[in-house]
Amino acid sequence: MAEIKVEGLRHVYSAGTPFEKVAIEDVSLTIPQGQLVGVIGHTGSGKSTFIQHLNALLQPTSGKVLVGGRDINENKFTRRDVKWEVGIVFQYPEYQLFEETVYRDIAFGPRNMKLPEDEIDRRVREAARFAQVGEELFERSPLELSGGQKRRIAIAGVIALRPGVLILDEPTAGLDPAGCRQILDNICSYHKESGSTVIIVSHNMDDTARIAERIIAFDHGRVAMDGTPEQVFSEPEKLIAMGLDVPKATALAMALKGAGVPLDGSIYTHGQLLRAVLRAKEAATC
Amino acid sequence: MSIISFKQVHFTYPGDELESLCGVDLEIDEGSFVAVLGHNGSGKSTLAKHMNAILTPDSGSVVVDGIDSREEDKVFEIRRRVGMVFQNPDNQLVANVVEDDVAFAPENLGVPSAEIRERVDEALKQVGMYEYRTHAPHLLSGGQKQRVAIAGVIAMRPKIIVLDEPTAMLDPQGRHEVISTVTRLCREGGMTVVLITHHMEECIGADKLVVMSNGYIKAAGKPSEIFSDVEMMAREGLAVPETTKLLYELRHCGYDLPLGELDEKNCAAAIAAAKKQ
Repeated sequence: MAEIKVEGLRHVYSAGTPFEKVAIEDVSLTIPQGQLVGVIGHTGSGKSTFIQHLNALLQPTSGKVLVGGRDINENKFTRRDVKWEVGIVFQYPEYQLFEETVYRDIAFGPRNMKLPEDEIDRRVREAARFAQVGEELFERSPLELSGGQKRRIAIAGVIALRPGVLILDEPTAGLDPAGCRQILDNICSYHKESGSTVIIVSHNMDDTARIAERIIAFDHGRVAMDGTPEQVFSEPEKLIAMGLDVPKATALAMALKGAGVPLDGSIYTHGQLLRAVLRAKEAATC
Repeated sequence: MSIISFKQVHFTYPGDELESLCGVDLEIDEGSFVAVLGHNGSGKSTLAKHMNAILTPDSGSVVVDGIDSREEDKVFEIRRRVGMVFQNPDNQLVANVVEDDVAFAPENLGVPSAEIRERVDEALKQVGMYEYRTHAPHLLSGGQKQRVAIAGVIAMRPKIIVLDEPTAMLDPQGRHEVISTVTRLCREGGMTVVLITHHMEECIGADKLVVMSNGYIKAAGKPSEIFSDVEMMAREGLAVPETTKLLYELRHCGYDLPLGELDEKNCAAAIAAAKKQ
């Protein structure tokens, strides 16, 4: 089981130099197996530093990270093994494609795990299915495909490790709306079918509101908010003060309240907004 | 007065079977802010590349400030008038210091050095990056880099600036910086701005919105009119602003509301006052 437990995490970049910067301060939280978590925060809030601690790419200045009850920084073997357990898809992962064929690129991780050839093949096909990479592309060069296809291949490469935890940093950045929707649908169905923990770092509040079960907001290296979308988006003023956007429906709901339309409840999707406005208008005409 | 005029422009990339532009007619008024919205593969970047003769039509014509783009000896004249900004800021910056980067184009145009100094300072002030003139570009944020790229273009003193998805790789803060910068260049500097994007929010402040699909112009007009055609936008798989969507649905529920209120405040006020018919 891959429960993540972070205890008293602190990270300082360039400690002891004039460029010393505290990136993470006093973060403690638990992410149970199977949760779909959205991590939000403006650029420089510490969210990327945080996720790089979850598979030991960065080591804490102080504090601990436990995955499945085990301290991942215990020794060099645990630091290596956690990289199979917690897979990270970085921003613009398509820049990291390098193999001659799509198949070999997806197979790169499992091959490094020294799995037998038939198991590698099984995993490549499974990962390609999850990421909607058609098998007819397997012998093509990944470099000649479209931006959206390249990104799905890069995601498949990480899914092929069968990580208990899949972390994606801005998986939709730079894609057009159709490409964004497809990637998010792939991620949601992967989460449902595999039962893995999925952590998505995003600037897009509408996407995060729509798919996450839990939202963690970082601000100045600390966890500023942590709760369900309903809880987090019930305080839009707080998010705006942190320099974040709010979902479009939330922003319009704030304007409507300002104009004297009494809306109740936490509003972060279009459906909620429409229902709340209709309720308020019906009540006014009675 | 139009400064760019497309007449029945057809274009096919070499080796492609399908046309990327299928008979495009478009007039862009001098000093206006025009937004072009469409999916990947809709032809919007191909359209942009015709505006400064990176591409020229297979048939039909593109006339920029009175110059036909097919006149090969005039290509340089067109490029002086039309500056381009692209998606990835890291691919557009060439120097190690911000002000050197901005000076690159006027230096290449052979502008005297005293005037280069003047142009660079003015361009950096216009994009709000003057305080960063001695910084290293690679240490700036994405939005800041993109504003330096814009300064590099306006230091050439072009009449028109064409931006091809300039915000696609930026965070919300950076997107806001870039859009408000180009809006100001148009409204206060009188520059003609053409913004290619797939974010419909960025089109709301434009004078004219052009919707591209499969190489055709599907619709062109004021953003409030185009977005009001909710069915057409849905057919094209494009989103409409939250305001339009809500107004559209409330109208279906019997409320008397105009669809064209894109601004949140005006939309909210209209809904607060609305009565059931």
